[in-house]
Amino acid sequence: MNKIHSFDQLKKLNQDYKKLLELRKLSHEDEVKFENKFTKREVLVCGGTGCKSSRSSEIVDNLRKAIEDAGLGEDISVEITGCFGFCEKGPIVKVLPDNIFYVKVTPEDAEEIVEKHLKNGQVIERLLYVEPSLNQKVKRQDEMGFYKKQMRVALRNCGLINPENIKECIGADGYLALGKVLTTMSPDQVINTMIASGLRGRGGGGFPTGRKWEFTKKSKADQKYIICNADEGDPGAFMDRSILEGDPNSVLEAMAIAGYAIGASKGYIYIRAEYPLAIERLTIAISEARDLGLLGDKILGTDFSFDVELKYGAGAFVCGEETALIHSIEGNRGEPTTKPPFPAVSGLWEKPTCVNNVETLANIPAIINRGAEWYSSIGTKTSKGTKVFALAGKINNVGLVEVPMGTTLREIIYDIGGGIKNGREFKSVQTGGPSGGCIPVQSLDTPIDYETLMAIGSMMGSGGMIVMDEDNCMVDIAKFYLDFTVDESCGKCTPCRVGNKRLLEMLTKITEGKGTEEDLEKLEELSHVIKDASLCGLGQTAPNPVLSTMKYFKNEYDAHVKEKRCPAGVCQALLSYVVTDKCIGCTKCARNCPVQCISGKVKAKHIIDQSKCIKCGTCMTSCPVSAIIKK
Amino acid sequence: MCKNQVADDMFKELEVFIDNLPMKEGSLIGVLHKAQEIFGYLPKDVQVFVAKKLELPVSKVYGVITFYSFFQTEPRGENVINVCLGTACFVRGSGIVLEEFEKELGIKVGETTVDNKFTIDTLRCVGACGLAPVVTINNKVYGNVKKDDVKKILEEYRK
Repeated sequence: MNKIHSFDQLKKLNQDYKKLLELRKLSHEDEVKFENKFTKREVLVCGGTGCKSSRSSEIVDNLRKAIEDAGLGEDISVEITGCFGFCEKGPIVKVLPDNIFYVKVTPEDAEEIVEKHLKNGQVIERLLYVEPSLNQKVKRQDEMGFYKKQMRVALRNCGLINPENIKECIGADGYLALGKVLTTMSPDQVINTMIASGLRGRGGGGFPTGRKWEFTKKSKADQKYIICNADEGDPGAFMDRSILEGDPNSVLEAMAIAGYAIGASKGYIYIRAEYPLAIERLTIAISEARDLGLLGDKILGTDFSFDVELKYGAGAFVCGEETALIHSIEGNRGEPTTKPPFPAVSGLWEKPTCVNNVETLANIPAIINRGAEWYSSIGTKTSKGTKVFALAGKINNVGLVEVPMGTTLREIIYDIGGGIKNGREFKSVQTGGPSGGCIPVQSLDTPIDYETLMAIGSMMGSGGMIVMDEDNCMVDIAKFYLDFTVDESCGKCTPCRVGNKRLLEMLTKITEGKGTEEDLEKLEELSHVIKDASLCGLGQTAPNPVLSTMKYFKNEYDAHVKEKRCPAGVCQALLSYVVTDKCIGCTKCARNCPVQCISGKVKAKHIIDQSKCIKCGTCMTSCPVSAIIKK
Repeated sequence: MCKNQVADDMFKELEVFIDNLPMKEGSLIGVLHKAQEIFGYLPKDVQVFVAKKLELPVSKVYGVITFYSFFQTEPRGENVINVCLGTACFVRGSGIVLEEFEKELGIKVGETTVDNKFTIDTLRCVGACGLAPVVTINNKVYGNVKKDDVKKILEEYRK
């Protein structure tokens, strides 16, 4: 590829490469108007981590082979795209221009797709998505409840373009914002646009991005740095991974824009080593961008030079905190330090540094292209734009959803998420990961933004949203998060290192049925101490899962402590196995019991001696008629 | 002799990697990634070697290795089983799956079987939450794993 020497040349390429995406950008009206006019067709296959784990690469190979065998190679192409977001039903295959959306496709289905659909125009009914609310099959993406209420800004190119082909990115307006900034705007104008847009950090803190840039710009130094924080450590959040896998160029473009605004010529992407696919796609994107002169010296023929380097994390959650992250890039233990000095003044190698999260960056080209006014018209008073949430847990449609700020939790969980799995009852939704809290059913109608989530004892965090149903024990969940923070605490400050360990011990005691009412009081008191006294965000927020579950699910704590009972039937030590009247007296449970605590005659109901039972559950799994229950 | 030759080659490979770095400053974590890729884990002599080459105290190298969970100082089994304990997998029962692996293999998390065939470990989210609970063995991902699947999965590697 030849280097692009000017913005005009880039604009021309943009027009040329638009054709690559022609079929993918058709509106419904276009499709009807031009029906039968398209001789070319395209099959898009999701190549995100989730779908790849379900063998989507084999689907691509099989489709290409079957198309070749059918002699359709001239007219039909198969493209790998980034994540469609609908991970629950992956792998996803989309056929264009018919706009048919197939779910849970296997490599074995490829032949049928080619034979029936591509050759004979028949839609394969069994691969269509069934809309749970209507109990009806849906053919098109835009008719699916999962997509209807979404608004895709940060994810605009995910599932649309091939992330390993920069031409498709340019065809989707990639690097136009960079061109515009470099040729028509001053750094101050760029910063003012960001401030006016109201964009706030999507990594959790919610600090206004424009202000962060402004502070870093004001610091005087011979060298400054931009860091992209791609250390997505919050378990259950995978939006950053998805953006990097599906649209890596937008992140590079935004970093260059940020570099221009603050006066940095060097950027680092700090990425988790656990994301091999994202690393691979980023490496390809960086090399393609350098080849085209979109990174490197004198970008687009201007005086601005900027380059990006990857740095790998090594499995430490605390490195999501910006000072810890900077120490890690320097090759040290990723321990946080007190602020001030802020990285904007003294960051990487003591130079002014601006750290922005992946999703934050992904919004930036769209803001430059469409204007601050457009962006700030979306969202709530304090929180502008859209937010990506990773819906997971006991929900029908696990996946990535992007909605305007101010959408209610109910809309996300029921309208987009399709409600709770297996028709169970909703209990709680956890947002903000290990730093967030558990939100109960009475708060489902809260329009979510940074402030409202804070007010109900949780936080935005990076946007993980884990749904729990009646089978989840909230004490056990609090214990799970504490286990995580104890594991991930870097050990530098005492409240976090020791305090959280004590919290975990108390929670363990409670789940084992040994908790006292005094423990409950201590739990709360110590939580507040840790919040007030810890050095960094990790410790300051670590007790949130405990405090929010104690606030909203106090009855469950009481049941564990006072009645020695786990209402959800999770905490092993508090359960008892009981033989019900369904028992047919086959003696299988008694024979399998490792401690011989089950007695009973053949063909008569058996009884478990609770004093001897070790609660291993063997009887329950061995019973042929499911006569044994836990309670 | 043969074994030493292999080790020499490994050290040589690491040395070339370090010598070709554009900048030694701040490269420790990248070097350790490379070293673990070559040796499989980071034994004491590798740590000393890295320290010498980068002109750092060994204590600093050791401090960094023990800080990050990705770095291992003990040899690993032929097959590394990673059970995801991210929240999405946890609420869908990955804790029970982990227990089953421990029971089946008679070892605890972080340990390796005597025959050196399996190591059990946990990880926090591979981002395939739609497939929860997720288990990865080496680089293969198993989705929607239930307690009863554990035996069958292990069979694949026992042959």
